[in-house]
Amino acid sequence: MTAMCDVAFLLLTFFMLTSNFTKKEPVLVATPSSISEIKIPETNIMTVLVDPTGKVYFGIDGQDKRKQLIEKMADLYKVTLTQDEIKRYSLIDLFGNPMYAMKKFLNLAPDIRDLPQNNLGIPADSTNNEFKQWVKSAHEVNPDLRIAIKADEKTPFPVIKKVMKSLQELDENRYNLITKLETAPGK
Amino acid sequence: MAEVSQDSGSHKKGGKRRSKKLPTRIDFTPMVDLGFLLITFFMLATSLIKPQTMEITMPSDKKVEEEDKTVAKASQAVTLILGKNDKVFYYFGKTEGAQLIETNYAPNGLRKILLEKNYDVAKQVEDLKAEKVKTRMNEEIFQKKLSEIKANKNAPVVRIMATDDSNYKNLVDALDEMNICSISRYAIVDIDAPDLLLIKDKNI
Repeated sequence: MTAMCDVAFLLLTFFMLTSNFTKKEPVLVATPSSISEIKIPETNIMTVLVDPTGKVYFGIDGQDKRKQLIEKMADLYKVTLTQDEIKRYSLIDLFGNPMYAMKKFLNLAPDIRDLPQNNLGIPADSTNNEFKQWVKSAHEVNPDLRIAIKADEKTPFPVIKKVMKSLQELDENRYNLITKLETAPGK
Repeated sequence: MAEVSQDSGSHKKGGKRRSKKLPTRIDFTPMVDLGFLLITFFMLATSLIKPQTMEITMPSDKKVEEEDKTVAKASQAVTLILGKNDKVFYYFGKTEGAQLIETNYAPNGLRKILLEKNYDVAKQVEDLKAEKVKTRMNEEIFQKKLSEIKANKNAPVVRIMATDDSNYKNLVDALDEMNICSISRYAIVDIDAPDLLLIKDKNI
């Protein structure tokens, strides 16, 4: 019994120290596979999630940075948010809403926040490119951010093109595409 | 297990007699239960596998001066057009009078064609990898040699054009083939007018 207890606590310590929690994502995406073996860094990541229907989600890491970011964006789009709402935003990993729906979205209960009807997707069209503004503001808040695009296999190309075009306009020409591992041929 | 004894020191010479000397037994079972519960939680909540990533560098949309543009020889140019239903079309050289050939993303489809086109470089890379394993080459030297090989002036230049009917997987597959075939010069470009005509003809 003592031995088992020891092992249990040893494992517990191991998991506690090594763990970094799986981020909760509003939609489940199946990433395509590639032979690339480069791992993504853990911090300073700006995640752009694109779901099969073409909705764009966005999120950065670091709660302080998120607070600064939302304040900046609220200011730009003339949306007044309370301190409480700003705090709530800082706890959300990824969101997909235009700025006009932001206030409503933040006041939803956390368990229904990820439902598809509550995530309209961030507009990234040439007429209303909020996505571009988010990326721009995020870079102002944290210049070290790297962009990671995580899109579903079945996402139609025009959506990806829209995202890439927005990044190109911002002169963000290096980014990462998140894929799952596939063994390289001939190994 | 788990017996905390209070015996020691209770029979000191001349010491007072204590009234409570019963050994206390602590039941550790709930603690072990809690331990395993926490282990289960941490095991399920952690992500041990970090996601892979593919790094890409896109061309800047800033205007490039005419003399800074690199003009690829027609013999080196390969154009891939990603169509719907996981089909891919390609042609070599100039757009004028080009014949689109259909292929797919299977190993003996697109990869075979690109490897043939990039035979010299692919062979050298293969040799270098074999040498690396054999001589336990330093990673730094390996990377240096690799980039030297890839800088080959005669290597093909690939333009990847994705139609609106293609999906993200097609794009990643195409980029992946570039890595597999050691092609270093490739770009995702918009479909321009002459190519659009080709596509219309073929009804891709």
